[in-house]
Amino acid sequence: MAHAHKVKRYSGLMDWLTTVDHKKIGILYLIAGGFFFLVGGLEALLIRIQLWKPLNDFVAAHTYNELLTMHGTTMIFLAAMPIIFALMNAIVPLQIGARDVAFPFVNAIGFWTFFAGGVLLNVSWFAGGAPDAGWTSYAPLATNTFSGGHGVDYYVIGLQIAGIGTLVGGINFLATIINMRAPGMSFMRMPMFTWTAFITSALILFAFPALTVGLVAMMFDRLFGGNFFEPTNGGNAVLWEHIFWIFGHPEVYILILPAFGVISEVISTFSRKRLFGYSSMVFATVLIGFLGFMVWAHHMFTTGLGPVANALFSIATMLIAVPTGIKIFNWLFTMWGGSIKFTTANLFAIGFVPTFVMGGVTGVMLAAAPADFQYHDSYFVVAHFHYVIVGGLILGLFSGLYYWWPKMFGRVLHEGLGKLCFWTFFIGFHLTFFVQHFLGLMGMPRRVWTYLDGQGFNNLNMISTVGAFLMGVGTIVFLLNVVITSFKPRNATNDPWEDGRTLEWSIPSPAPEYNFAQTPLVRGYDAFWKEKMEGKKEMLPAEPLGSIHMPSPSILPLIMAVGLFISGLGFMYGKGDYGDGFKAFLFNNHIVAIIGLAITLACMFLRSVIDDHGFHIEPDEITGDKGVKA
Amino acid sequence: MSTLRPQGPVAEEQFGLMKLTITIMVIVILIVFVIAGYVIIRFRRRPGDKTIPVQVEGNHKLEIIWTVIPIVLLIIIGIPTVNTVFGLAKDHTKDPNALQVKVTAHQYWWEFEYPNLGVKTAQELLVPNDVIISVEAKTADVLHSFWVPSLFGKIDTNPGGNVNTMYFEAPKTGVYLGKCAELCGPSHSLMDFKVKVVDRASFDRWVAAMKNPVAPPQDQEVADLLNKQCLSCHAIGSNGAAFPNLMGIGSRQTVAGILVNTDQPKYENEGSVEQNLEKWIADPQAVKPGTLMPKVDLTQDQVKAIAEYLAGLKLDY
Repeated sequence: MAHAHKVKRYSGLMDWLTTVDHKKIGILYLIAGGFFFLVGGLEALLIRIQLWKPLNDFVAAHTYNELLTMHGTTMIFLAAMPIIFALMNAIVPLQIGARDVAFPFVNAIGFWTFFAGGVLLNVSWFAGGAPDAGWTSYAPLATNTFSGGHGVDYYVIGLQIAGIGTLVGGINFLATIINMRAPGMSFMRMPMFTWTAFITSALILFAFPALTVGLVAMMFDRLFGGNFFEPTNGGNAVLWEHIFWIFGHPEVYILILPAFGVISEVISTFSRKRLFGYSSMVFATVLIGFLGFMVWAHHMFTTGLGPVANALFSIATMLIAVPTGIKIFNWLFTMWGGSIKFTTANLFAIGFVPTFVMGGVTGVMLAAAPADFQYHDSYFVVAHFHYVIVGGLILGLFSGLYYWWPKMFGRVLHEGLGKLCFWTFFIGFHLTFFVQHFLGLMGMPRRVWTYLDGQGFNNLNMISTVGAFLMGVGTIVFLLNVVITSFKPRNATNDPWEDGRTLEWSIPSPAPEYNFAQTPLVRGYDAFWKEKMEGKKEMLPAEPLGSIHMPSPSILPLIMAVGLFISGLGFMYGKGDYGDGFKAFLFNNHIVAIIGLAITLACMFLRSVIDDHGFHIEPDEITGDKGVKA
Repeated sequence: MSTLRPQGPVAEEQFGLMKLTITIMVIVILIVFVIAGYVIIRFRRRPGDKTIPVQVEGNHKLEIIWTVIPIVLLIIIGIPTVNTVFGLAKDHTKDPNALQVKVTAHQYWWEFEYPNLGVKTAQELLVPNDVIISVEAKTADVLHSFWVPSLFGKIDTNPGGNVNTMYFEAPKTGVYLGKCAELCGPSHSLMDFKVKVVDRASFDRWVAAMKNPVAPPQDQEVADLLNKQCLSCHAIGSNGAAFPNLMGIGSRQTVAGILVNTDQPKYENEGSVEQNLEKWIADPQAVKPGTLMPKVDLTQDQVKAIAEYLAGLKLDY
C-alpha cells in the first residue's frame, strides 16, 4: 500500500478512544447517551415509586429533590442530546454524500467533552450529594446560601464542560451541511433529517452560549463570591430565569426538530411515497426554529413580568402551533394514498403523530397566560412536556434507531421484539403521563416529594407508577433486542428496507470508513429513489475512483476532556478546608484546576504545532473491500 | 381544591379560558385521530404488494387550508387570552375598598400581614367574602409560588424588593387549600396553607380578637419555658418576629401547615390539635425536613404542657 504519510491506525480499544470517524463517534454517542438514558430512567422509576402512594417515605425529601434534578438534567443534556448527536453523526454525512464531517477532530472533542461533563455531573452522587435545585436551578435556591455543599457546583461545571461538546458539535454540523454536500445536492434537495439537523445546529449555536453565560455567572456566584443572582447583595434572581429560558426554550426545539426529521424520513420510506409538501416542511422547520427564540418568557408567566409581556409572549407562543400543524398534516398526507408497511420503526413514527399532537395542544393551552396561572408548575406541565419530549422526541429516537440500526451496525434489529418494545413503551407512556394532566388540574404541584391522603391524588398516581414500570419493560426489551441482534451475522444489505430513498441506502451497511468510494451525483430530491425508479441499482458517481484522503486518529480529544474534568474538580473544591497539608496547598491555590487547564491547553498547542496531513486510502484497497463484500 | 371547580370570579375567568381552549383542542385532536385512523387502515400495505404509489409533491389548496384554519382557531383563543391577561392584571393595591394583604413566603411557611389593620398571622389567611382582596407577594428567602387552585392561579414570590401584585375575590365562605408551587427545598411539598373565607361580621370579630392580649400559661414553670424556648423566635399576638406568629394557633386547621387537626383522624398526618403540636414540637425535622425550627431540648412532659397551652390559644370569631 502506497501511503503518502505514515499514520498509525489503531485497533481494539485504542481505535475507539482515538477515532475521528463520524460513524464511530456516532456509536460512542449512542452508547454514552444510552447509558445516561438508563441512569435517568432509573431515577424516574425511583421518583414514581416514591409517589405511588400518599405520604410515602421510600426516599428522603432531600434525596427526592436530587433525583428530580438529576432526572431532568440527565435526560435532557446527557441522554436526549447525545442520542440526537448519535443519529446526526451516523447519518447526516451519509445523507449528503460526504466522506466525513467538516472537522473530524473537533467532532471527537465534542464527544469527549460531553462525556467528561456527564461523568462529572454524576460523580456528584458519590461525592456528598447531587444537585438539588431542579434542572432549571433557579436562584436563590441554587445559591450558596440555600444550597450549601457541592451539588449545584457539579451542575454548573458539569454542564459547562458538556456544553462545550454540544456547541462545537453544532458548529461542526453547520459547517458540514453548508460545505460538504455532494454535487447536485442543493439545499432544497436535502433530506428532511439533514434539514432538521441543520436547523437544530443553528439553534445550538445561538442558544448554548446563553446557557454558558448563565452558568459562568452562577459559577462566579458560587465559587468566587460573585453576586449576579444574590438578591441580598443586589443581584437579581429573575435574571437567571431569563437567561436560563432564553437557552431553555430553544433547547426544546433543538430536541424536537431532529425527531421531526426522523419521522419525516421513516413515514415517507414506509409509505413508499415522497414526503408530502417538502418545501412547506422546510419552511415550517425554519419558522419553528426562528419563533423558538421569541417565546422564552412563557415559562415565566407567573414571575410577574406584567400584562404586556404576558400578552405578547402568549400570542407568540400560540403562533408556533401553525408551522407545527403544517407538519402534522403533511405527515398524515404523506401516508394518504401510500402503501404503509408497519415495521417497528414505522410504528414508532405513526405512534408519534397523535401523541405529539396531544403534547402540542396542551402547549397551546399553556400559552394562554391567565389559564397558565393555574397550569403553571403543576402536574399538567409535567404531563405536557413529557408528551412532547418522551411522546415526541423519544418515540422519534426509537424510530430512528430501529430505522438506521442496519446502517450503523450492519444488522437489522429483530422485528418481533421491536414490536413488543413499541407496544409496552407506548402504552406505558400514555398510562404514565395521560393521568398527570388531571393530577395537575386537580391541584397537584410538580416537584413534590409526597402528597397528603384524601385529596383524590392516590389512584391516578398509582396508575402513573404502573405506566412508568411498563416503559421500563419496553426499554429492557429494546436492550435485549440489541444484545440478541449483536450475536446474529452481520448481513444487512445496502437497502435492507427495500424502500430506501436517500443516499445512505446506496452504500453498504455498515458504511465503509470512507463512506462513498466515489462521491455520488445527486439529480433530485430523494436521490437514491430517483435512480431506483429509473431502474438503476447505484448512484451515478460524480468523480473517478481515486485515492481518498482521510483524517488521522488522535488521542488528544480524550486528553483534553480529561484535562477539563480535572480542572472542574479543582475549581469546585478550591474553597474547601483541608487543614495545612499538601492537599490544602493543591486545592486552595487552585493548583489542581490550573494543572487541568494546562493539560487541555497543552493538547491544543500540540494539535496546532504538529503537522498532520492525514493519510490516503488507495483505490486498490477500496476495490479490495468491494471484492470482499461481493 | 381543584381548578376545575372554581369558587371565585378570578378562578372562574381562568376556568372559562381553560374550557374554551380545551374544547378547541379536543376538536383538533379528534380531527387528527380520525384522519390518522382512516389513513393507517385504508392505506396499509397488503402482503406482496409491490406497486409504487403516486409520488405526490404536495397540494397548495390543502396546505393553505391547514395553515389558515389553525390561524383562525388561534385568533379565537388569542382575543379572550389578551383580554383576560389585562383584566387580571388590574392593580388594586391603591384601592381603598379592597382588603390589602401582604404575603411573605418563607422556607416553609406563609406569613400574612394586614397592613391597614395592624394584624399579622401565619399559615391561614382569613378574608371576608364581600370585598376584593389585593395581594402583594414577596419572599424572605428563595422563590415560592402562591396558589389556591379553587380561588386563583399562582403568582411567584420574588426576592429582593421585587413585589408581585394580584387580586382575588371569594364570595363563598369556606376553607380553601393553598399550595406552594415553586420548588423551594426539601419540604416544598409540605408547604400547604389555608384561605378561610368568612362573612364580614365574623372577620371583624377575628381582627378584634387578634389584637386582644393573650394570657400566659398559669403554671409559672410552663410560662418560663414558653418564654425561653418558644418566644425567643415566635410571637403570640401583635409583636413582630421573623417566625410564624402563634396567635390563635389552637383554632387553625393544621399544625405547621401539614398536620391536619381533626378529632376523627383517618390518615397518618391527622390528629387532634394537641397531638399534632406535640408531634411537631418534639421533632420538627421529622415532620418537615429542612425546616428552620430546631428540635428544642424539652422533656416529654414539657412538650405536652406547651402543646396543651398552645392548643388552648383559640380565637373566637
